[in-house]
Amino acid sequence: MPQYVVPENLEIALEVLSGKNFTPLAGGTDFYPKLVGSFVKDNVLDITRIISLRGISDNGEFWRIGATTTWSDIIETRLPSLFNGLKLAARELGGRQIQNVATIGGNICNASPAADGVPPLLALNAHVELQTSTEKRIVNLECFLTGNKKTIRKLDELVTGILIPKPKFHSVSNFQKLGSRRYLVISIAMVSTVLEFNETNHISAARIAVGSCSPIATRINKLEWDLKGKKISPLIGCIVQRHHLDVLNPINDIRATSSYRKEVALTLLRRNLAELGKKVCA
Amino acid sequence: MCITLNVNGENYTVNNSPAERLAFVIRESIGLTGTKIGCDGGDCGACTILLDGKQICSCIMPIAQAERRKITTIEGLAQNGVLNKLQKSFLACGAAQCGICTPGMLMAASDLLENYPNPTHDEIRDALGGVLCRCTGYQKIIQAVSDACKRENIDIKEPIRGNAVGANAIKTDGVPKLTGHEIFGDDGAPASALWIKAIRSPFWRATFEIGDLKRFISEHEGITDIITAKDIPGNNGYGIYPDVKDQPALAQSQVRYRGEPIMALVGSYHTINSVRDSDLPVMWNEQASIKNIDEALADGAHIIHEDKRGNILATGYVEKGDSDAAFLSSEITVEKDFTTSFVEHAYIEPEAGWARRVGNRLEIHATTQSPYMDRDEIAQLIGIDPENVRIIPTACGGGFGGKLDLSVQLFLSIAAWKLQKPVRMAYNRWESMVATTKRHPSKISARYGCNKKGILTGFDFNGDFNTGAYVSWGLTVKDRVPIHATGPYYVPSVKAKAKAVFTNQPVAGAFRGFGVPQSAIVHEALIDEMAERTGIDPLEFRMQNALRSGQKTSTGQELQSVGLKKCLESLRPNWRSARKLAHHFNTNQNGDLRRGVGIGCMWYGCGNTSLSNPSHMRIGISAEGRITLYSGAQDIGQGTNTTLVQAAADAVGVPMRQIQLVWGDTDRTPDAGKSSASRQAYVSGNAVKIAGEKLRSQVLRLANAGTDAVIEIDGGVLIVRDNEETHHIDLTSLPKMKPTGDVFVGEGYFDPPVTQLDNNGQGNPYGTYGFAAQTAMVEVDCALGTVRVLEINAAHDVGKALNPMQVEGQIEGGTAQGIGLAIMEEYIPGNTENLHDYLIPTIGDIPPIKIHIVEVSEPSGPWGAKGIGEPALCATAPAIFGGIYHATGVRVLHAPCTPDRLRAAIDDLKIKI
Repeated sequence: MPQYVVPENLEIALEVLSGKNFTPLAGGTDFYPKLVGSFVKDNVLDITRIISLRGISDNGEFWRIGATTTWSDIIETRLPSLFNGLKLAARELGGRQIQNVATIGGNICNASPAADGVPPLLALNAHVELQTSTEKRIVNLECFLTGNKKTIRKLDELVTGILIPKPKFHSVSNFQKLGSRRYLVISIAMVSTVLEFNETNHISAARIAVGSCSPIATRINKLEWDLKGKKISPLIGCIVQRHHLDVLNPINDIRATSSYRKEVALTLLRRNLAELGKKVCA
Repeated sequence: MCITLNVNGENYTVNNSPAERLAFVIRESIGLTGTKIGCDGGDCGACTILLDGKQICSCIMPIAQAERRKITTIEGLAQNGVLNKLQKSFLACGAAQCGICTPGMLMAASDLLENYPNPTHDEIRDALGGVLCRCTGYQKIIQAVSDACKRENIDIKEPIRGNAVGANAIKTDGVPKLTGHEIFGDDGAPASALWIKAIRSPFWRATFEIGDLKRFISEHEGITDIITAKDIPGNNGYGIYPDVKDQPALAQSQVRYRGEPIMALVGSYHTINSVRDSDLPVMWNEQASIKNIDEALADGAHIIHEDKRGNILATGYVEKGDSDAAFLSSEITVEKDFTTSFVEHAYIEPEAGWARRVGNRLEIHATTQSPYMDRDEIAQLIGIDPENVRIIPTACGGGFGGKLDLSVQLFLSIAAWKLQKPVRMAYNRWESMVATTKRHPSKISARYGCNKKGILTGFDFNGDFNTGAYVSWGLTVKDRVPIHATGPYYVPSVKAKAKAVFTNQPVAGAFRGFGVPQSAIVHEALIDEMAERTGIDPLEFRMQNALRSGQKTSTGQELQSVGLKKCLESLRPNWRSARKLAHHFNTNQNGDLRRGVGIGCMWYGCGNTSLSNPSHMRIGISAEGRITLYSGAQDIGQGTNTTLVQAAADAVGVPMRQIQLVWGDTDRTPDAGKSSASRQAYVSGNAVKIAGEKLRSQVLRLANAGTDAVIEIDGGVLIVRDNEETHHIDLTSLPKMKPTGDVFVGEGYFDPPVTQLDNNGQGNPYGTYGFAAQTAMVEVDCALGTVRVLEINAAHDVGKALNPMQVEGQIEGGTAQGIGLAIMEEYIPGNTENLHDYLIPTIGDIPPIKIHIVEVSEPSGPWGAKGIGEPALCATAPAIFGGIYHATGVRVLHAPCTPDRLRAAIDDLKIKI
């Protein structure tokens, strides 16, 4: 009989992980669907009762989102416009039933190429806080994700939070997901953008990420460099060129062809930036 | 481990693993079966409950997370048996059809209304976006949630005596569907029942040998038995035609598709579901398989069934006039090739049921569309007389053709017969998708000819339909398609051929339309091409060729009730303004969005093709004064349990509430035939009308009263008021009659007037046809290739709407399935075997549907009625494809038109230009 442990504080949870092989469980929205027709065979560490792991706080230099913060929590929390992209992603992730239990930590740990939360977090320059019973480390989300369903998390480590550095300048963000139906859809492609800009609307930093178009959602660095220094306008989307997306490596699958994914990523990025441009200039 | 759960205000202590799914524990340990399990994966929302007031999917939550929290299920909504306002609103609006998604919908809506007392339609969509419905097209659900907030009181009125037919009567079985008390396939098994799990082939084609099962059983505590083909006492073969039983219940030594069952474990739930397939002693030998029609027809292809050379099951053929000559002299000829994909029924209720052996009889309680067919099939499988099989259907959580073929009944009957213990079985979603039938994929070439004035002259059609590994309904599809292939037009010369081809793919069977939706895509695209070539408006082109009363169909049949022209007329004003609006939209903006408006027409023969398909109905009055309709017609959500009661009430001349309904049970009801082929309203409606009229005339004769007399019941006394005179009949003094023990019994029998088709497919295949025309306004994002359907106008000639609200419900639900067929639904065997990879429309994908009910009375129909179930679906995809063409110039030649395909087609068009 596998064990099921529900600790109420983090120390005990980390202690449990340091001993045997346990699978951390939060919302369960990726965990249970893999088990249709069978039962839980892993030892489970249920971390949903650890109060300190849930919620969003302002820690001065950065924002901290606890690992078991649900997507509904993110939607319902008042946050600066920097988080608009993340909030838009939260609304597109499954139905309300999923948003009410699925967590931000679970989303990144599951490491699906189509994880809705990852592109906006990459665009937020998110860092991942990992803890063992003895150590804590913070790694960039880009380094945390190593492949399709793969992360650098060690078996005795727990993802405890996501840290979002505060931008130096005023910033706006956006997100868009493309799927074949309105709700409950795994994306064919998605994009998220964050633009930081000064008083004259010149871009001081841009962070752009594309999801579902490579084994791991990808930052589009070349485009970020090309955007830097440009003045935000409703036409800002025109800067995006095909070559910017050379870094993508989409697959053919049941949802779409590879070439289609690349084409629509381009369209989505142009539109996503244009929308931000319009908003900033309005 | 003991965990206490607070459900609807009561504490329940359960002894389950903390990791056990909450939905399972609520249903099986606590016994509240109102919460449904549709997918066990958080994809369908049927299991939605409230946890501390917030909607969650209980199928993917461990019970440990629900401990010390407040759980509300569907059973917690009605207080002291009184429906709350939301439930009442669902009832009044007809928002529940089969009722399987209703608990999830109600719980999601309850969460919404708690926080937004007056939500907009978009807020309703956002809140209910996580619950899938396959029946309603969501329109009435949105209306019901909206009304629950806006209206002070929700009145539910019963139609007055004599006016039941044609009234928007609420469902007679509506209340239990709203309170969670309805018993579906997986809800009624006794606690002692053993569970069954099928073991299925992982290969598309293979031979296999089974090793020592006795040893396996002895080594696994909790497994009572493993049944194999050797345990089948009768004929190990089933199939829907009386003379074709080609599909083994349990494969003997070879399998022909992935998912074919070879054995089944019987025992405790946890044990049988813990066994991995690889643990079992089975030696597989995989063989090369045939994946599609081309491979099946290729030279040297292996033969899937020995008696079917060339892998051709059969060919259907219709020939009228001389189409070769017509094309030689044709002024305009258009010709195209089309393909369509497998489509999955995706009813939200997976196949489920339970069974027991009672002496030398078998009793099966399962979800089905066809109680009597099930009875006869099980009888020959077990080798007993049909009278020794009793089918007691449960409520059916959606069918659409997929629950016509046997599924769980096979395993239930073999195991219950052998073990003499109650047994139960429920397919999980994966099984429901891999192991049951699909819509036939098609590969069609067709040409249409007309003269310069746009008058149709000739039509040629050649379609191949992938029928998968076994026959199922392949013979029906190959017959139906050529008959309907021209579309609902008068064409002097026709040659139409449809072949059903075997492959090592999922079995293709019956799915709302039997091949007609596929062929409608073809004829409507060609009609549009001809309209363009002749410069005639697409609606007017259809109007001038629309079949009329008295004209002969492709099979030479002369029809009486032909309402296509009226359908087109009712759409014309909107069509003209919508086409203008679309044009205006496209000329006034330079973005990637383009709008278009398309039109599709269809016709559909109600009932079985050229076969006797009678319905027998019985209405009785008991000595206690109870009037009972004994209906063997299975309500699969379409509403037969209501429309037939309406028909019975008016035929007898009493209010609806006085009619009690006994349905489905093969021991208690006569054979009404299956719920398919859009036949129950037409065929069983007639049988009920005849039964009711006979009953009434017996009563009136005994009372010596005139035909207009009013019949009333007061306990055991029947009061007949005839003008000034009142007659009393003491029911208790009358002799009881067989078989029901009632004192008055009216029997009704109706078989549609059909004839055999000759070698050229000439004859009268159906008693009547339904007709429809739909228009669709779409918006195409030319850069993304996405299609949004903005509005549907649907005009349907139903002869007479016995219950307009239910007719609307059928049209809305069929249209939603048509939208799915057009732009998103593609079952890829081996790939899309769950409800997140196989997409059906959500509440956000269905636009407003404006319905025009056209009533051109059918002389052979009850009160003039014809069928609507399948007609509802067929015209939608053609209308959407016409809209895409109008918007972009792309002629859709493959369904579904997914975003990547449409974008590629738009790119191709640009290159050509």
